Amino acid sequence: MNKRLVYFAPLLAAFGIGLILYTAIGKDPTKLETARKDDPFPSFLLADLHQPERVRTETDLAGKIRLVNVWATWCPSCKAEHGYLQALSDSGINIVGLNYKDERTAALQWLQQLGNPYEFVIDDPKGSLGFDLGVYGAPETYVVDAMGVVHYRHVGEVNERVWASTLKPMLTKLGLKGL
Amino acid sequence: MIKQLLRLAVVSLMALSAAALASIDVYEFSSEQKRAEYNALTKELRCPKCQNQDIADSNSPIAQDMRYQVHRLIEEGKSPETVVEYMVERFGDFVTYKPKIIPATYLLWFGPFALVGLGLVVVLLLSNKRRKTNEPHLVELDASAKERLANMLDDTDGSQKTSSEKGKE
Repeated sequence: MNKRLVYFAPLLAAFGIGLILYTAIGKDPTKLETARKDDPFPSFLLADLHQPERVRTETDLAGKIRLVNVWATWCPSCKAEHGYLQALSDSGINIVGLNYKDERTAALQWLQQLGNPYEFVIDDPKGSLGFDLGVYGAPETYVVDAMGVVHYRHVGEVNERVWASTLKPMLTKLGLKGL
Repeated sequence: MIKQLLRLAVVSLMALSAAALASIDVYEFSSEQKRAEYNALTKELRCPKCQNQDIADSNSPIAQDMRYQVHRLIEEGKSPETVVEYMVERFGDFVTYKPKIIPATYLLWFGPFALVGLGLVVVLLLSNKRRKTNEPHLVELDASAKERLANMLDDTDGSQKTSSEKGKE
């Protein structure tokens, strides 16, 4: 009698697999996992955008919880999120810019016209740091803790919704006060 | 009509070949083995931006960068496994068409085999059961039955040891 139950095994298996696959429905496949999660920010040696004689390294990221925003003047979504980044910066969030595969003069002009939400901007004209980070399309925004460890990467525009649902809870969890 | 179709075919063929030409970079290799490794790797690595294309096939900037890095690492004498690791470190497991065997990919790697196995078990059980219920049973007939059978069959050789098949209900 109990042996009959075995005939339901394929049905149960199909149901189980269906359940697992169902959880993936609605996930955006163009958004990849954070490959660098829990890894230290990759080491780099690049010029500061505003002061090209000044060298920036990963040690400049230590000491504070920060967002690292990858942007370029050729990227339309970067323009779309710029205003929101400015608002975040005005409310006291530390944001470091990574100017990715861009022209220095165009980037400086953009910041002059649209405002500068960044503590400082790393100039990565060849995209070498971008490659080490695993950047595959600007804009991308990384959550980096005070030890310089990457916790999360957001691909695409940062806006009110992304801030409220993902970035803000993450920064709170990391212990950032006054949000 | 046919002329139009032909023209369409020619134009689309030309477009295809232009696209094919566009993603060919000029890389020099110090040995044929390195060239072969490069060719194999660029087909095994998946473009993060233009998903479901390998990086050999894609002309997106990130695929170009990745081909450049693959070439550089191969020319530095790195093994193909190291190159794949290098890319996975940056872009995640997504980047390879041959995902590592880790708990998260067990379903992917072993799921189909498990399902086939499960199906086989059920099919075997079902057919076993059917065979048991349908299996003809051999029954020894006693002397009077033998006689009756011999008479029924109108057979003169009734003394021969006979057995008959009879289905059991």
